Amino acid sequence: MALVTAIPAPLTPVHAARVLVLRNFVVYKSAWKLFLTGFLEPVLYLFSIGIGVGQLIDSFEFHGEQVPYAAFVAPAMLATSAFNGALLDSTFNVFFKLKYEKLYDQMLATPLTTGDIARGEITWGLLRGSVYSAAFLVVMLAMGLVDSWWAVLALPAAILIAFAFSAVCMALTTWMTSWQDFDKITLAQMPLFLFSATFFPVEAFGDGVLRWIVEATPLYRGVVLCRELTTGVVTWESAVSVVYLVVMGIVGLLVVRRRLDALLLT
Amino acid sequence: MATDTSPVTSRPAGTLSAYEGFTRQYDYWLTVYKRTWRGGVVSSFATPLFYVVAMGVLLGGFIDADPERLEGAASYLAFVVPGLVAAHAMTIAVSESTYPVMGAIKWHKTFYAQLATPLAVRDLVNAFLGFVLFRVASACAVFMLVLAPFGVFESWWGPFLAWVSQVLVGMAFATLTFGYSARLKSEEGFGVLFRLGVLPLTLFSGAFFPITNLGPVLEWVARLTPLWHGVSLSRMLCLDTVDWPLAALNAGVLVVLSVVGWRWAVTGLEKRLES
Amino acid sequence: MISARGLRKSFGDFEAVKGIDVEVRKGEAFGFLGPNGAGKSSTMRMIASVSPVTSGELRIFGMDPATDGPAIRGRLGVCPQEDTLDNELNVFDNLYIYGRYFGIDRATCRDRATELLEFAQITEKAKSKVEDLSGGMKRRLTIARSLINNPDLLLLDEPTTGLDPQARHVLWDQLFRLKQAGVTLVITTHYMDEAEQLCDRLVVMDKGLIAAEGSPRELIDAHSTREVAELRFGVGEHEGLAGKVEDLGERVEVLPDRLLVYSDHGEEVVTAVLDRGLQPIATLVRRSTLEDVFLRLTGRSLAD
Repeated sequence: MALVTAIPAPLTPVHAARVLVLRNFVVYKSAWKLFLTGFLEPVLYLFSIGIGVGQLIDSFEFHGEQVPYAAFVAPAMLATSAFNGALLDSTFNVFFKLKYEKLYDQMLATPLTTGDIARGEITWGLLRGSVYSAAFLVVMLAMGLVDSWWAVLALPAAILIAFAFSAVCMALTTWMTSWQDFDKITLAQMPLFLFSATFFPVEAFGDGVLRWIVEATPLYRGVVLCRELTTGVVTWESAVSVVYLVVMGIVGLLVVRRRLDALLLT
Repeated sequence: MATDTSPVTSRPAGTLSAYEGFTRQYDYWLTVYKRTWRGGVVSSFATPLFYVVAMGVLLGGFIDADPERLEGAASYLAFVVPGLVAAHAMTIAVSESTYPVMGAIKWHKTFYAQLATPLAVRDLVNAFLGFVLFRVASACAVFMLVLAPFGVFESWWGPFLAWVSQVLVGMAFATLTFGYSARLKSEEGFGVLFRLGVLPLTLFSGAFFPITNLGPVLEWVARLTPLWHGVSLSRMLCLDTVDWPLAALNAGVLVVLSVVGWRWAVTGLEKRLES
Repeated sequence: MISARGLRKSFGDFEAVKGIDVEVRKGEAFGFLGPNGAGKSSTMRMIASVSPVTSGELRIFGMDPATDGPAIRGRLGVCPQEDTLDNELNVFDNLYIYGRYFGIDRATCRDRATELLEFAQITEKAKSKVEDLSGGMKRRLTIARSLINNPDLLLLDEPTTGLDPQARHVLWDQLFRLKQAGVTLVITTHYMDEAEQLCDRLVVMDKGLIAAEGSPRELIDAHSTREVAELRFGVGEHEGLAGKVEDLGERVEVLPDRLLVYSDHGEEVVTAVLDRGLQPIATLVRRSTLEDVFLRLTGRSLAD
């Protein structure tokens, strides 16, 4: 055996994230069917609820403007599909790699660090998610559901939603011990998906505490942000949502790093 | 001296009656249920309940209660509930006949262990499907009972028959899915099945909106799906708007699919385990 | 290459490593020998720089794992006790992607992966899924993977546990070749024959401490006799008969299924036993091994 003298260059965080993305990309190449069908989910919801059920509904008022039902639901689908995708990637997939595949253990036998792993996994999730989000925006455009140039910013908004939830959910995953714990995730995911003013205006919750609670939840912020951008009714609330999601993501990322250290470096 | 020379079992191995083959696995499935029922609580009850509240109650609050446009329902809630339960029966049936079937073949190899006893493949399929049906029936029953006080049912006997129709939906989908799973080599196929099968059926088979909203062509496509027959039957019975010839057709389709599905399941597992 | 002083590792109240001193020199094959739970794997994980040192000093390539973990790991090859292969990648990509984790450029990674497949004798499996490999092939792939960065130091944790005898010999042959190529090897094992075959120098670990240190030959000379006579009697008789033969050798060990009489002249022991009218079912005279050293040092057998 000829020994090649390959002196490993030190890995920068960017380089490390790129390598980890490469790994996931290679895996995904063979699962392209799953990749393609993942894009369909929000589109199917849009057609079913937005158009099918929408025929039973005239229009909704949003920040004082009348918005047709399909145009009301579409940005919510953009936001919730970013949320659902991030959740799937950062809970089920991370748990599987962490506990069953022991994938991170083998990565840590190399110069990679736990921070690199967290950043790499999240970057991959965001890349995949942004392809879906971009495609969905094109569908919206084709269906005439985009009313403003602000909608260009809906793509980064969707990526921000995915980032915030990826980081926090990955942090939560590090506390999980068995598959049964995922029931708790579902128990949080379903109400967030269904009650974040996704299919009906937040006014449905009345004017009391319930509405305040809904307005303080992260997915509601994301849904409203996307809706503000695609309908062009941008307000100061949009900025609140952006700050909210950025802070959430950064906190999540910090927790993930510390937790991965505690779990893997024992 | 009198000696008892009768064999332990009165029949030679390999010719168990279907009934005996079924009941011999009762304790196995009871044990499985005791171990796993908690895991089903969220997916069986919490998730559909969230849907009822979000879509039926909250979104329904924005929809005109016009029986003309809601297949005779007095409110959107009353319209959506029978369809949601039927779609839910399908979801449970498919979930319980995908990964668990592959697990029993590939990962835990339970089927191989059971087949080393006098049980035949047919008996394994029967007991497995019996368990799935029990899961579907109990989940739908609880669901229907919870919804009863909300004025969404128009007669006392209708919801009961609707429950039977939901179980029939579960049966048709459980048998067909079992047959598919028994032939599947890699679990990746399940992801595709859920996304290209279960989700579109749920969304477009008339559960959430009348299929007339789909336009004439797609409406007929929807009528060809097995779930639509279940939704239609379940809704007519709940709302007491039964068109009996249509109901007979709906029920007939589901029964035929169940029988065909059962054959497909048995032959699939026979090929997989005995080759 | 490795220098440890008073190295300790605790998990909560449990102290897995209770203060050990180890020195591993360049180019040697060094072994940690001991039963399961002796603290070998904990020590290995500390050396691999993925497990913080509880107390004591540890230097690898002169660097501190607490601060220079990535730099140390860049020069290490690690073959863990359980194969941690990437089941979602095919065999070739397991090597290629792993190399990329080290920051090795694409072309070098590809060349190196191809060479290592050949080295591990699994070239024809390059495109196979990992789960389709046999146990021995997986193990060879794991070892090949640990060589992707051309490491200065190769850590092998129980490299042949769970392999059939034939697969073990194939693997040993490959480790010999690495040793000849100048790679420093650190091996943990609870197999005596493996330690004797592979290690220039080893420490015997028991309950988190080092019980003895030296080359296999030195340890046997220091802690055992040249030969051992094994006497098998009927079930349950061994304890009672031990007294009748203990004067025949330097030492007698009673095991559940046999008596071991330690003497430089095993055949004479057997003759003497028969002369006394005792009738063992079976007798065997063999040379002392590290197993005997371990029995002597800890009073326990190494076998699981």
